[in-house]
Amino acid sequence: MESLEQIRTRIAAAIPTVRLEIVSNGSPSGQHSLLVANEQAVEVAKFLRDAAELKFDYVSNVTGIDWLDTVTKKIVKVKQKVEGIEREVDQTLEEKKPGYLEAVYHLYSMELKHGPLVLRLRTADRGEKNHLPSLTAVWRGAEFQEREIFDLYGVVFDGHPDLRRILMWDGFKDFPMRKDYVEPDDYEYEPTPHDEVLEKTKQHHASEENKT
Amino acid sequence: MDEGLKSELRKQGVFLTSFEELYNWGRKNSIWPLGFGLACCAIEMIATSMARWDLARFGAEVFRPSPRQADLMIVAGTVTKKMAPQVVRLYNQMPEPKYVIAMGACAISGGPFKQGYNVLKGIDRYIPVDVHIPGCPPRPEALLHAFMTLQRKIDEQPLSGAARPRHLVAGAPSEFPVPEFGEHDLEPASNPAVWQPPAPARA
Repeated sequence: MESLEQIRTRIAAAIPTVRLEIVSNGSPSGQHSLLVANEQAVEVAKFLRDAAELKFDYVSNVTGIDWLDTVTKKIVKVKQKVEGIEREVDQTLEEKKPGYLEAVYHLYSMELKHGPLVLRLRTADRGEKNHLPSLTAVWRGAEFQEREIFDLYGVVFDGHPDLRRILMWDGFKDFPMRKDYVEPDDYEYEPTPHDEVLEKTKQHHASEENKT
Repeated sequence: MDEGLKSELRKQGVFLTSFEELYNWGRKNSIWPLGFGLACCAIEMIATSMARWDLARFGAEVFRPSPRQADLMIVAGTVTKKMAPQVVRLYNQMPEPKYVIAMGACAISGGPFKQGYNVLKGIDRYIPVDVHIPGCPPRPEALLHAFMTLQRKIDEQPLSGAARPRHLVAGAPSEFPVPEFGEHDLEPASNPAVWQPPAPARA
């Protein structure tokens, strides 16, 4: 398979207005991915599927990722007048980055026997603007997996033919794979609780004591 | 009748029995299970019913496709919260007397999925279970052992008196409430009439 840079130039040649970003992966696998702007995603997907040198005709996997809001603290030295004397004072600046939800598509070519190409789509935030374009129209195989992401992460895929919950029931309100999902308190006695289970146990006992 | 006298008479070729013994003997040797499986334990259950382990030796080879004709429900596999109401409904549709074997770690407690969001932490939260089999999945021998345990249990059931089984008590429930799909969990999360876990002492 061609390198991601080459594929990017190919896409840019075919769609001049395209906005692409390579998200590099620092791990030994070095599986870098292509971040596509939402409004151009369907167009890019169609190109990847149909271009004679690429022919990514098979989407093997679609997954969701939940990125929480992050706060990074920076310590900056600022000159300030303290009691008439100018001094350097440390000041912490907080930089808030809003979280977002991601859908990751792994593409292969059955015809040219290459892959995977990793395609990423990002929502604007984790709240109201959780919309992504559906790529089911391009790859039929993405249908159930997009439904699964909708079910577990709450990403709304615009243009999906049948966007319903697939694993949980229809009346279910939560999105269990989100990192801030709160489980119902159905604690059960464990003889040797540890780690997360121990945490759950403590929470359960605390809530019970609050009730009485 | 005195048990010693009975066995002595049997040695002499005189067969004496009670109606209770005969009735239970008939019942315990013809337990028809409901033919359904939920996960990998079902594969072991199928293996048990096939030639190598041969569940037919216990009179239980007739897996019924309808709950109306079944005596025994083998809950073989993971019961997800989405599946739990259907399992309870199938149990409700079985005629009395009916028995339940919870097979495998998932069916008895949720197993490896216990801490997850989508798996019921044991079918005994909603229906009364007669025999629990641990294992992931249990060997066919374990299922056979559960069968023999159930047969012993049926054999020991008295037909009268205070200790008689549920199906001989007029007014005792034979149907159990089917849980509803709630917004966050099944409602109710368990049936307190069936499921009373011991409260362990806490320091």
